[in-house]
Amino acid sequence: MTTLSINDMDFGYSKDMPILKGIDLELCNPQLVSIIGPNGAGKTTLIHCLNKLLSPSRGTVLIDGSDVAEFKPKELAKKMGYVPYTSGDSFPLSVVDTVLMGRNPHRKWNTLHDDMIVVEEALEMMDIKDLAMRPFNELSAGQHQRVMLARGLAQEPEVLLLDEPTANLDIRHQMDVIRLLKQQSTLKGILVIMISHDINIAAKYSDNIIMMRDGEIYAVGTPMDVITVENMKSVYNVDADLMVIGGRPHIVIEDYDFTEEDARTLEGSYVISGHS
Amino acid sequence: MLSRATRETPDVSSLEGRYARDSKRKLLFIAVCIVLIIAVAGYALTINGRDLSMLECYRYVLDHILGKTYEYQSLDWFNDYLLWNAYLPRIVLGVFLGAGLAVCGVAMQATMNNPLADSYTTGISDGACFGAVAAIVTGFTFSSVMGSMGIVINAFIGGLIPAIILILLSNLVRMSPATMILVGIALSYIFSGLESSIMVLADADSLKEAYLWQIGTLGDIASWNQCYIPIAVTIVSTIILWLCSNKLNLLSLGEDSARSLGLDVQTFKTIIMIIVSITVAALVSYVGIVGFIGLVAPHLVRMILGGNNRYVIPASALVGSLLILVADLISRTVIAPEELRVGIVISMIGAPIFLYIILSRKRSYGEVFRCSGTISRMTAGCPTSRELITGGTGASCCTPASSWRPR
Repeated sequence: MTTLSINDMDFGYSKDMPILKGIDLELCNPQLVSIIGPNGAGKTTLIHCLNKLLSPSRGTVLIDGSDVAEFKPKELAKKMGYVPYTSGDSFPLSVVDTVLMGRNPHRKWNTLHDDMIVVEEALEMMDIKDLAMRPFNELSAGQHQRVMLARGLAQEPEVLLLDEPTANLDIRHQMDVIRLLKQQSTLKGILVIMISHDINIAAKYSDNIIMMRDGEIYAVGTPMDVITVENMKSVYNVDADLMVIGGRPHIVIEDYDFTEEDARTLEGSYVISGHS
Repeated sequence: MLSRATRETPDVSSLEGRYARDSKRKLLFIAVCIVLIIAVAGYALTINGRDLSMLECYRYVLDHILGKTYEYQSLDWFNDYLLWNAYLPRIVLGVFLGAGLAVCGVAMQATMNNPLADSYTTGISDGACFGAVAAIVTGFTFSSVMGSMGIVINAFIGGLIPAIILILLSNLVRMSPATMILVGIALSYIFSGLESSIMVLADADSLKEAYLWQIGTLGDIASWNQCYIPIAVTIVSTIILWLCSNKLNLLSLGEDSARSLGLDVQTFKTIIMIIVSITVAALVSYVGIVGFIGLVAPHLVRMILGGNNRYVIPASALVGSLLILVADLISRTVIAPEELRVGIVISMIGAPIFLYIILSRKRSYGEVFRCSGTISRMTAGCPTSRELITGGTGASCCTPASSWRPR
């Protein structure tokens, strides 16, 4: 069992402007954990601190008791994978070559038969095997996202960090990807930690949810514990109705007052879009 | 952790087979480039005023390599002597000049994650010009060596100065690749200004010599002694960069992705920049500035082979060599018996090729067909501005405004 411990962690680009304050958490695999919270709450910063992309100004991040700061890059990459929200695509690498990069922590210079098998499995899981030889930088946003997720799976980490993994996906692929992540966390014993803005998907599939506000953990626990009308009001400042479907909370945001001006602005956009 | 048991089951023949076929196609391209280089180099050897055919030139070179000797001052001895000592060094250095500049272009583009970076991005060309011009005009040298070797050493050290400043700055202040390119441009301007300030003080002869030095030429290469250092440096750096090709690939996804895949990005970038700086400075100091190779060759190769640096590096080296050989051939023949400088010809043929490459692409460089950055985070799942305009994907996730009704 892999345990990820975050001990009293702070982070800030300067002392006057702390981004993360007193983060204290302990997470074990296998499980799917979602981090939710409004823009600027510190979700991505938290993930970057876990993955050593940023160095905490105070506190430690431990994997199985070992300080992440002490890991060499390749050792850490074997333990922890990260799929960012966006990634560069300046050069026309093929999809296979891009997913093969996930094998970098495990392979030397040559590509081995085993690496290709792992890559093929990852492509199949993400339903993009037919895109294997296509240039990565000519794919649609959704395909791009699935390639990056396949790369994350090909890395075979014990902890997989995902920054909005479903942001560019259509509704079917959103469901498929989250189900797959859930399945992988169970089957392979991975601790999957993902940032999500879709509270209902997070609530439906996550084992635990971390709700953040202003750089602090506001609530943590099971979806039923965290997704409450009071927390939604307090963290997002929205009025919400709560339903329970299949033992999971489901939020319906109450519509805010929609003014004539809002309507005119949107109709203006709509005319530009060319739909009629 | 995909289990070993599951690894045995899937039929990988299709993907692995397709990947192998694709790799063979790339290797075939590399083989064709090698054949073309041998052909063009052979043809270039025939332009020597000695009325030798290509096959005879190949035979003399091969025999020389195999150690064959001829009767002193016989016709064969003269042919062998002139081909080996007078004509071949220029052609061989041309091959390595093109290869070195192209490979360094690939490395800089990958390191900066920017297709517009090239071998001179760190300000090497202006630094080298400053060093050479200082030696030619004022007689100032960084070493105790005078004469043409003094100019070479000055150009080498001058070329390294801006590169060292950039490397130090990038280690002191964590810079994004875009910032590094901007700092490189700023350093170029500084050294260009210093060079100009020296040139305005020069007399006419020194001014002409200084100006001509800046336009690269292989015409001054008359012996193997001028080739050993640039060739050795190019061979070593090309091998190292090729061995680093997987790591260069990682950088194409961005620095965060590369770090999360186990790359010590800062150290790696520093090493690559040191290798590129030494290689380009060594080449430039012997032949002057030859532009465009570091841009044209890698882009041409990526259009044909894709972006995997494992193949892009050797293929770009060969395409760069080919371009230099062809440019040098043109420079020697187009206004014969006079000679153009290869730097001019490369600019004249390189720029149109580069224009063709960038204009013939179906999509622009660096253009991203998806939501990106903060705005898209706020509107995740909604159409991008492109999709809004073209009515593309994403429309399904947003309700058309006309169906919204104010309360």
